[in-house]
Amino acid sequence: MTSETLIWLIPLPPLLAFFLIVLFTNRNKALSHWLALIASGLSWLAGMIVFFKAVTTEGLSEHPFAQSIPWLPTGNTSLKIGIQIDPLSAVVLFFVAWTVLMIFIYSVGYHNFGQPAGKHDRKGLPPEGAEIKDKNGKIVHVPSIEPMYSRFFALISLFAFAMFLLVVTDNLLTLYVGWEIMGLCSYLLIGFWYAKESARKAMIKAFLTTRVGDVFMLLGLAALYSLTGTLNYQEILGNPAVLEQLAGALSPVLGLSWAALIGILIFIGTVGKSAQFPLHIWLPDAMEGPTPVSAMIHAATMVSAGVYLVIRFFPLLSAGWEPGGVVTTPMLVMGIIGAFTALFAATIAVAQNDVKRVLAYSTISQLGYMIAALGVGAYAAAAFHLVTHAFFKALLFLGSGSIIHGMEHGVLHTGEHIDPQNMLNMGGLRKKMPVTFWTFLIGGLALSGFPLVTAGFWSKDEILSGAFTGGNMGVFIALALAALLTAFYTARQITLTFLGQPRTKAAEHAHESKWTMTLPLVVLSVFAVGAGWSGIPADFPGLGGLIPNWFEEFVGSMLHFEPAEAVHSLVPLFTSLVVALGGLALGWVVYRRLSERVDPLEKPLGSIYTILKNKYYVDELYQATVIRPANWVANVFTYKFLDQTIIDGVLHAIARFGVWLGNGLRNIIDLPLVNGAGDTAAATTRGVGMFLRSKQSGRIQQYMVIAISLLVLAGLVIYFTVGIS
Amino acid sequence: MSGLQIVFLIVAVVTLFSGVMVVASRKMMHSALWLILTLLGVAILFATLQAGFFAIVQVLVYIGAISILIIFTLMLTRRVMDDEHPQVIKGWWLPAVMAVILFGLIAGFLATWEDFQVMLNELPADAENLAAFGSALVNPAGYVIPFEVASVLLLAALVGAIYIAVERKEKTR
Amino acid sequence: MIPLSWYLIAAAALFCIGLFGVLSRKNAVSILMSVELMLNAVNINLLAFWHYHTQLQGAGQITPQVFVAMVFIVAAAEVAVGLALIISAYRRRETPVVDEMTLLKG
Repeated sequence: MTSETLIWLIPLPPLLAFFLIVLFTNRNKALSHWLALIASGLSWLAGMIVFFKAVTTEGLSEHPFAQSIPWLPTGNTSLKIGIQIDPLSAVVLFFVAWTVLMIFIYSVGYHNFGQPAGKHDRKGLPPEGAEIKDKNGKIVHVPSIEPMYSRFFALISLFAFAMFLLVVTDNLLTLYVGWEIMGLCSYLLIGFWYAKESARKAMIKAFLTTRVGDVFMLLGLAALYSLTGTLNYQEILGNPAVLEQLAGALSPVLGLSWAALIGILIFIGTVGKSAQFPLHIWLPDAMEGPTPVSAMIHAATMVSAGVYLVIRFFPLLSAGWEPGGVVTTPMLVMGIIGAFTALFAATIAVAQNDVKRVLAYSTISQLGYMIAALGVGAYAAAAFHLVTHAFFKALLFLGSGSIIHGMEHGVLHTGEHIDPQNMLNMGGLRKKMPVTFWTFLIGGLALSGFPLVTAGFWSKDEILSGAFTGGNMGVFIALALAALLTAFYTARQITLTFLGQPRTKAAEHAHESKWTMTLPLVVLSVFAVGAGWSGIPADFPGLGGLIPNWFEEFVGSMLHFEPAEAVHSLVPLFTSLVVALGGLALGWVVYRRLSERVDPLEKPLGSIYTILKNKYYVDELYQATVIRPANWVANVFTYKFLDQTIIDGVLHAIARFGVWLGNGLRNIIDLPLVNGAGDTAAATTRGVGMFLRSKQSGRIQQYMVIAISLLVLAGLVIYFTVGIS
Repeated sequence: MSGLQIVFLIVAVVTLFSGVMVVASRKMMHSALWLILTLLGVAILFATLQAGFFAIVQVLVYIGAISILIIFTLMLTRRVMDDEHPQVIKGWWLPAVMAVILFGLIAGFLATWEDFQVMLNELPADAENLAAFGSALVNPAGYVIPFEVASVLLLAALVGAIYIAVERKEKTR
Repeated sequence: MIPLSWYLIAAAALFCIGLFGVLSRKNAVSILMSVELMLNAVNINLLAFWHYHTQLQGAGQITPQVFVAMVFIVAAAEVAVGLALIISAYRRRETPVVDEMTLLKG
């Protein structure tokens, strides 16, 4: 079959798995996970075939694999939907297929498949463990299987469908459809354990916050459609005439050109979906969901979709920009917000103690990196970092899930009532969980940008170079500081968790996870190490030029202009080395001998630490300024005033009128006239009957008299009228 | 006015007067006796019509059998029925009016017939041929069927009367 | 020698007298007697017309004679059955007064 047909088929197996699981196999846990695994495996296979074909095709960016069908008739033309695989979507498809498959496999082990069901486990709550008798007859607490096992696989299958759809499509409308379905799945999966109030609040927060972004994105989409009559990528982004026209026309808002306005609106969608400041608040709370969810949705794929969107629309956002010239307004906005967010989130991550929260803020920070990269025009660098980040962040999250499982095992074993996710309760886990340790270390080093052997180094270095050579010093310094902090908190995390001595009994009794959980970690760490080597820049000292910068060539061909002349400066390289190694060393030094369960930075930093720990009180600010007024409007104004008083009042009045009318009709018309007529007819009949009855006396002579008189009467009548002929 | 007409008039008057007494008598026995006189008058009228056979039959059957039966029944049902109370029902004037009007109607209708006033002359002697009458009664091309049916009717009446009137020892007291 | 009309008038009168008796007498036997009067009136009529037709056609008419015979027979049968009924009814009710036999009352 052709590439195009295969591309159409990529999103379908997970969708099919979703329906089958929901409708038929919900009760059978093994069948459900096999359906999901086979589906994601099929999508992975198709994705790999397509990727292979894509990278071996010359000139893919001019002639992408594309096909579209008319879908909605709109007047003379039709709205078309279709597929398009060009270099950008090919690399995104690559990492999406791999991470989705790995996370699906991981979920089997994470939800404790094969374990007994716990006696007190209820749907909607995380499993609490089961009691079994070991070989000596002693009662042992072991982890129990998740009660809503099949539901999980159904939901992540639906999510996989949406992500694949978003990646293979060729127009903004279908992308938006996939975007929204992912939002739905994110909502359902964050609140997977819906009996927990914290999970319920988090799911609503996530959905509503991203919704704010989505509304603006929809406005941008509508504006784009009304101005150009299409939403197809090739027709808008591949067409310089259209881009020039949009860049030239002025919109009524703030003197921006239409291209800029639409670009900013679409970017606001990304701000929501990729958790940039000020709509970042949902991502840390989204850690309420199970760890595979955090890995997939909030690290590797969904939040990446936001960045993918702006990378895709870079031609529109940068319409009118010449490399080396003044950046356009959307690029400026992206640069500012991206750089700010990167630094902002990194500072918060330093003061977090929950292992997943650190990673959440780290994700926000890294996404800020990518957006800042686009803001300075480093197109290929942003795409590169997107790919490498997906691998190592998914690895880190899955690793954290393995850590938490190990800690929970220890908690069940010892019966200690501690938070298994708090890093201050951990320590020395590298002896108990070696595979998790090494893979997590690789991921953490990649995140920090450890030189040469990790993918993160290459992609981060590219971004810093791009910022530096573009002359955007503010962005450069902010990103460098953020890189320093990133390395610091990563080392902090690794040291607290794995190195040193266990700080609690539960940590002493932790043990390694099953192969279904560690195998994906190993596979992802291979990518975390090797993916970076596809993008070694040509002017790198020593290694540069040995391996061609395939990534830059492949993805960079998407842009229709020549990249700026590379300034051969070693400053960015040097900076990234210093911040990476320095941060790592600093983190290790501060935390390595920690024996109490208290952060040693707490006292020295004092109130700064408190502010960082409380995330700069942004949530509280939103609560006071946005949420409480909204609640007031909903409750007092709309509900009490409009709904109950006015609308219900009208209804009650109509009801009363109806009753009055009904009663009136009954009393005036129905009872006297209708009933009266009926009663009169009956009474008359009865009267006549009684009268006639009295005539039937039973006396024969009377009957005969009547007969004779009638005969006589008839005779008289005949005699006097007819006569005798 | 010939002698026959005078005889007729006298006999007719007697008959009608007796008839009136039949229906007007207070005492039942008197009513029965007046009936016998009426029947006798009718027989004489038959005779004036030169239907001598029927005159004899009238006397034999009606007076001889039926009237006796009636008198027997009167005697058997005497107990409660007192002869002092009036024998006519309360609203007797209405039947009286009806009877009068009916008589007027019949007479009026008959009067419009053209042969109403025809004089009935004396018939030749062989007019009433009993032999012919008798053979007509048993003639299959004649009137045998009415004759036989009438016989059956009499038989049925006989059996029926016995059945009705016989006293059932078990049922009655 | 007697006009037909005289017979007819006489028969009509007798008939109406009998009718009056049927409709207005209390005793059942009286009603039967009145019925006999009516039947006799009918016979007079029939024989008068027999004479008339015989006179008209010359030959003896058999049909009116048969008719009269039938009337006789029927009258006799009817009296017999009727009296039997009266006796039977008298036994049940101890009164031959028709007016009080109102089982047909509706």
